[in-house]
Amino acid sequence: MASNYEFDDTQQLDSAGYDPNFVPDSVKSFVVHLYRHIREKNVYEIHQMYETSFQTLSERLFKDTPWPSVDAVAQYVDNDHVFCLLYREMWFRHLYARLSPTLKQRIDSWDNYCSLFQVVLHGVVNMQLPNQWLWDMVDEFVYQFQSFCQYRAKMKNKTEAEIALLKQFDQAWNVYGVLNFLQALVEKSTIIQILEQEKEGLEQFTANDGYDYTGGSNVLKVLGYFSMVGLLRVHCLLGDYHTGLKCIQPIDISQQGVFTIVIGSHIATIYHYGFANLMLRRYVEAIREFNKILLYIYKTKQYHQKSPQYEQILKKNEQMYALLAVSLSLCPQLKLVEETVNSQLREKYGEKMLRMQRYDDEAFALYDELFSYACPKFITPSAPTYEEPLVNYNQDAYRLQLKLFLYEVKQQQLLSGVRTFLKVYSTISVGKLATYMEVDEPTLRTILMSYKHKTHAVDSDGKVVSNADIDFSINDDMIQVVESKPTKRYGDYFLRQIVKLEELMTDMDRVKLEA
Amino acid sequence: MGREMTPKQQSPMSYTVEQLVAVNPYNPDILPDLENYVNEQVSSQTYSLDANLCLLRLYQFEPDRMNTQIVARILIKALMAMPAPDFSLCLFLIPERVQMEDQFKTLIVLSHYLETARFRQFWDEAAKSRQIVEVVPGFEQAVQEYAIHVLSLTYQKIPRTILAEAINFEGPALDKFIEHQVATSGWLLEKGHDKSQLIVLPCNEFNHPELKKNTADSIPLQHITRIFPILS
Repeated sequence: MASNYEFDDTQQLDSAGYDPNFVPDSVKSFVVHLYRHIREKNVYEIHQMYETSFQTLSERLFKDTPWPSVDAVAQYVDNDHVFCLLYREMWFRHLYARLSPTLKQRIDSWDNYCSLFQVVLHGVVNMQLPNQWLWDMVDEFVYQFQSFCQYRAKMKNKTEAEIALLKQFDQAWNVYGVLNFLQALVEKSTIIQILEQEKEGLEQFTANDGYDYTGGSNVLKVLGYFSMVGLLRVHCLLGDYHTGLKCIQPIDISQQGVFTIVIGSHIATIYHYGFANLMLRRYVEAIREFNKILLYIYKTKQYHQKSPQYEQILKKNEQMYALLAVSLSLCPQLKLVEETVNSQLREKYGEKMLRMQRYDDEAFALYDELFSYACPKFITPSAPTYEEPLVNYNQDAYRLQLKLFLYEVKQQQLLSGVRTFLKVYSTISVGKLATYMEVDEPTLRTILMSYKHKTHAVDSDGKVVSNADIDFSINDDMIQVVESKPTKRYGDYFLRQIVKLEELMTDMDRVKLEA
Repeated sequence: MGREMTPKQQSPMSYTVEQLVAVNPYNPDILPDLENYVNEQVSSQTYSLDANLCLLRLYQFEPDRMNTQIVARILIKALMAMPAPDFSLCLFLIPERVQMEDQFKTLIVLSHYLETARFRQFWDEAAKSRQIVEVVPGFEQAVQEYAIHVLSLTYQKIPRTILAEAINFEGPALDKFIEHQVATSGWLLEKGHDKSQLIVLPCNEFNHPELKKNTADSIPLQHITRIFPILS
């Protein structure tokens, strides 16, 4: 059965006019040079070839066909085992991006990752690879896992041959395998200890952008580092937000780090970090980090226009605005949002956000719409039962997360109303507010307590923190309102002006001297 | 036979379950240990969210091995951890068709009442579902602690009747409870305007929001360092 299937495969490829054994001269030159640069540890050149030449060649020669097979190019690189694994990793990545992989190819790609990671884990590589490439490996590994789960869950139109293959290779993209590889990379690299020691000044990792300038290899260390982001992402895909955040804990999100060097990793980290916090009701944390990265993208996106990741950057940018709109609707904390981000947000979602405050059916539909647009592509990690009738279950995980999220929104629906009233009073009796809100007194008291509970999140250390912009307390039956007014930050303003003045004076001094 | 008994099985468990989870977060072999550990948490009135999430994760990977009785216990324990969002964290990992079972529907309703601070409805519903929740000792007390938590966020002075409703105590039981809190947690008693009893809850930054220290007008040292060269 399996061989039948492979036969179909070749047929398909032949009809596209693709000969896996034909190696154009430009590809020959590409692999020869890339191989040489890797052997000579010339990170700069490797990065150029990886980021630019590979894209250019793909665009010119392999727009809708795969690259030449690894067997065809092996002779030009001394049949080097590790180089061939790296080549195949890129080969599959290109295939996934431009064509749709067959089941056989998905399985082969898994095998290739297994071999590649085994080699790295056994410490036999001494290469220095660019951070961008190492990030792409982890990113692609998780992406292909997610893609496989989605593919497998669409059982309805699977052929008998495909099902036979799925059963035969049930270890391919197995969730335990995926998680254990990422975990093994984290552990074997001792990256957590390295980051710990760096804090005490005993180790240089971030300062060297993850590279090793003492003759060693950066591959295991940096793969281990990015695997923490990979684990955060896989756990988010599974709906396990608490564990996801635990995996990323060794990295200080609020500071620059190796994860901020590669834009793709920076965005993936903050997107999943923010999303997990949103689901954990830590809205202020989500808002703060979304705000920071959206501002960063706004300021730097022009430099990425030619990058192969540009489209992805824009997409995640839009999704994070949607998540920011959701977070702010549930927790109005506009003072946390920088002016540029705020005006972008108003432009994109201003009108929707107004309607989301109303908590009617239309508002729920908007929460549904924004969540569905911006959430990760949730997966069901378990294998199907293969019992007739075959049903699709690729939407199950998404539907569950959406349902539970909307459940939370519903629980908060009365809070927006009470907030509107609290805004205009400094003191008001429980009875009077109840009349205004058209509920009885006991109900109002539950709404007020619920407001307190929902605006006071439990942070990662188990400490209660207030997310309320308008707060209150009840003394018997009088409500006293306290609005935390956005205080002007004079301190920062003066600091900036002092620095400016100093610069100006230095400039003037120089002018005097020259004259 | 003797040869098959490995020394590992004979010696007492050399790892705690927490260590087991830390070392093997993605290992299906620890599933039975984790299930036992849930029961142990129930009987010893302890709690480990990490271990329980780990078990739910293994169930998610291998739905055939799921034990719904254990899942129910995990969810009750998570309810008892309020105000932390543990209950939702667990639900995120439990397939929807499992959540459709009656006992889970009941727990979801209970969680809803607690999340929206509707304590009266909560206690009524809990009384109706006694057979589900009384499996876990300490349940009522844990919910009372959560109720006190929400009340302390909300009230400076609270009418006795409101307190009674939230913690589901009346008469002598309530008197005893209040007495205990007066002795241990700094509660004070006052007469209200119509001779009713008022309880003064200890002052904190949440029921006196004006006390919350304003971090906005302080400048982190890191920013000051920018002008150090100028100041020197």
